[in-house]
Amino acid sequence: MNSRDSILAALREHAPAAKALPDVPMFDVGLPETLPQFIATFERMGGKWAGTVADIEAEIRARFPDARVVCSAVPEVAGTRRIEDVSDPRTLEDVDVGVVRAAFGVAETGSLFLSEAEYRVNALGYLPQHLVVLLDTADIEPNLHRAYQRREFHEARYAVLMSGPSATADIEGVLIRGAQGVRSLTVIAAPKV
Amino acid sequence: MQVALFVPCFIDAYYPEVAVATLELLERLGCTVVYPENQTCCGQPLGNSGCEDDARACETLFVNNFADFDYVVSPSGSCVHHVRDHLTAVPQDARTQKVRSNTYELVEFLYDVLKVREFPWAEFPHKVGLHNSCGTLRRLGHAQPSELNLPFFSKPLELLQGVRGISFATPARPDECCGFGGTFSVGEEPVSARMGQDKVRDHCNAGAEYIVSADMSCLMHQKGCSDRLGLPLKFLHIAQVLNGVKE
Amino acid sequence: MSKPVDHVNIARKFIADEDHIQFHDKRLWSMRELRDKQAHGIPEWEDLRALASQIKEHTLSNLAGYLEEFERKAKANGVIVHWAADAAEHNRIVHEILSSRGVDLLVKSKSMLTEECDMRPYLEERGIEVVETDLGERIQQFDNEPPSHIVVPPIHKLARDVAEVFADHIGTDRNNADPHYLAESMRQATRPKFIRAGAGMTGCNFAVAETGTVTVCTNEGNCDLSANVPPLHIASIGIEKLIPRMSDLGVFIRLLSRSALGSPITQYTSHFSRPREGSELHYILVDNGRSKRLAMEDFWYSLKCIRCGACMNTCPVYRRSGGLSYGGVYAGPIGAIINPTFDLKKYSALPFASTLNGSCSNVCPVKINIHEQIYKWRQIVAEAGYLSFSKKMSMRFAGKLLGDPKRYRKWMGGAPQLLAKLPRAFLYNPMNAWGKQREMPEAPKQSFHEWYAENRKKENK
Repeated sequence: MNSRDSILAALREHAPAAKALPDVPMFDVGLPETLPQFIATFERMGGKWAGTVADIEAEIRARFPDARVVCSAVPEVAGTRRIEDVSDPRTLEDVDVGVVRAAFGVAETGSLFLSEAEYRVNALGYLPQHLVVLLDTADIEPNLHRAYQRREFHEARYAVLMSGPSATADIEGVLIRGAQGVRSLTVIAAPKV
Repeated sequence: MQVALFVPCFIDAYYPEVAVATLELLERLGCTVVYPENQTCCGQPLGNSGCEDDARACETLFVNNFADFDYVVSPSGSCVHHVRDHLTAVPQDARTQKVRSNTYELVEFLYDVLKVREFPWAEFPHKVGLHNSCGTLRRLGHAQPSELNLPFFSKPLELLQGVRGISFATPARPDECCGFGGTFSVGEEPVSARMGQDKVRDHCNAGAEYIVSADMSCLMHQKGCSDRLGLPLKFLHIAQVLNGVKE
Repeated sequence: MSKPVDHVNIARKFIADEDHIQFHDKRLWSMRELRDKQAHGIPEWEDLRALASQIKEHTLSNLAGYLEEFERKAKANGVIVHWAADAAEHNRIVHEILSSRGVDLLVKSKSMLTEECDMRPYLEERGIEVVETDLGERIQQFDNEPPSHIVVPPIHKLARDVAEVFADHIGTDRNNADPHYLAESMRQATRPKFIRAGAGMTGCNFAVAETGTVTVCTNEGNCDLSANVPPLHIASIGIEKLIPRMSDLGVFIRLLSRSALGSPITQYTSHFSRPREGSELHYILVDNGRSKRLAMEDFWYSLKCIRCGACMNTCPVYRRSGGLSYGGVYAGPIGAIINPTFDLKKYSALPFASTLNGSCSNVCPVKINIHEQIYKWRQIVAEAGYLSFSKKMSMRFAGKLLGDPKRYRKWMGGAPQLLAKLPRAFLYNPMNAWGKQREMPEAPKQSFHEWYAENRKKENK
């Protein structure tokens, strides 16, 4: 017998008595308003909330004045490099600021849903030094139970709930942003066009 | 109400005043207290060491001593926990089942069975740090453990609030184990002693004069640490305070 | 079989270093406090724990079926699925995948399973460089130590210890122990590895049968870099990681980071369902003793573990003995009940490295009865004959004595001898184990038994 079959046979032989699978409630009654909750949690996780801005491109320039390479995956921002022109993720190594739009947000955890549909090249979320994410504030799920009902989770090859910049407290408990991934994560409120 | 008194071996040997206070308190509250003289121990040190085989004779004796009583009361949370949850070296017949379900720790007997809340004979004008032993807290359900998101309650605190003049000092880590742990206290001496030192320092920093507990074994360990460190803490079993000890 | 782990003496050394033990205890306790704050802020917290436990128990009771479903979905999604009966087979499979594609550099995120399989030395001996990209895990890799904590691998180290390690391995200034400097130096040293690596490896927190999805929870973004930059991604999955439905993640993700670090969620909760365009995705489903554990009536519940580390954070013994004192891949309370399934003799001391206080069971997000399992492991260790000779003998003696009231009272004798005699019976060690750092109780002038005979029996007569 190969390992697969012997493992499965052993598990069948030793299975504990069957236990019922419970239904999971949505726990979505009486939750706080989504946007303020999203902002509060997102900031607690280390994210920067920029709110609504007049000119997104200018806002990014103002926030990252030293940025040489801005790689954009959204039509609202031209940047210096289009993600459509990137085929090898490794070439994103020199990007200072990446720009992408989240599919939706999650208020409870201050999370942004991102997948290859938004990124086109997934490494855009991690190799740049900084990441700016556009979010339609009308599309924020109140909690994770509701979020996991979204079809996007079933459609994506790769999906991430991103809830802040890269962080670590592995050295003596000191919180450090930008352990390996992006050093900062900024959200700009912008309705989907 | 007739009550059989179970005096754990170390209380019998080291802390007779705790057993006397328990006896007197139960009598004050109208109980007829019987002390079966053939008692030795509940078998906990053996069971906790993994030696159920060696515990069999002791547990058999325990069942024989106490099976005829509707209420068995003991001033020791960890021993009662052993009887209730781990008296498994003996056959689980009707007599064993009866003993296991009829054995009460003193606080729960006062609180749940006698339902007493006032101790008018007792006055204790001192700052008390309450030590809920792990056995009473997490197994016998004396109080709500801080880990759980459930409403607060504390039976020993409520009982002590029925004593005149008493006040409380709450340590920074109220539910932290003190490190006694039975044979752990010698088998794992370095960790046990460190936990005990941290515990009594925490009480001391909170401003407690007395540490009061339903478990004398924890107090034996804490007092040992406190005295060695030269801290000014004093230690009493909850039965002594409720019985109106004068300090 | 290997030498038994000497928990007591490793702990003794750990405690002797005041700076380290103080930091260790406080840091872990602060994680427990943050956890409490989160847990107490969610009204349905205890419901979530109950649901998580039920979902896990259900899945484990039908694990073969869910694994088949997971495999079917994953294959349909274009994932290549492998099965490994044990650590050796797991390592062989990884090596085969890598060597057949000419990969000589593997970047990986933290995985307790690859620790369990001791995979790094296996690959390194075969010429493949393995780079742990989690900062803490990299520190431990450099220092040639296992992780001392599931979530914070180098939690037993101070910044000055890390400065020493980095000075030796990445050439940082030995005298600069600023955590920002150290972390930035590691970022600079590691980033080029992601670019050069031929493959990335991750573990798996939850494997969703319904969709064939692997979910990984991290804070540094190193998992997403490992999986999204190189053209090949291998995920190692313990077979107990299965959950039935995508919607079940709502329960587990809400519990995981809150229990672990006291944060609402990890910075990155990543879901891998299908390979990236133009790249390969491999799953390795690993048993390595898990099916054997499922057969253990009292102990299969430990398979519910989601590796949050909350039991370690709250454990008063772990906080004062350090993760390395457990001598295995898993430390703390969960280590005390998992490690003995791998090697009972080697880990026979671990079930005794506990006061049975039960705090671990109360913080466990999947409600494993950890302290009850520790109690039961003690019985197994004793039955297997792994107690020390002196403990065995003293327990036998105490058992005989305590079962015979006449002999017991005779042995107790008069009050003067009490002190010298009683502890020896129960406390199998020589008396000085108690007295090293503690005073003995004062001997009363008579026992209660004698007091009763003197004061009450007379009255009754």
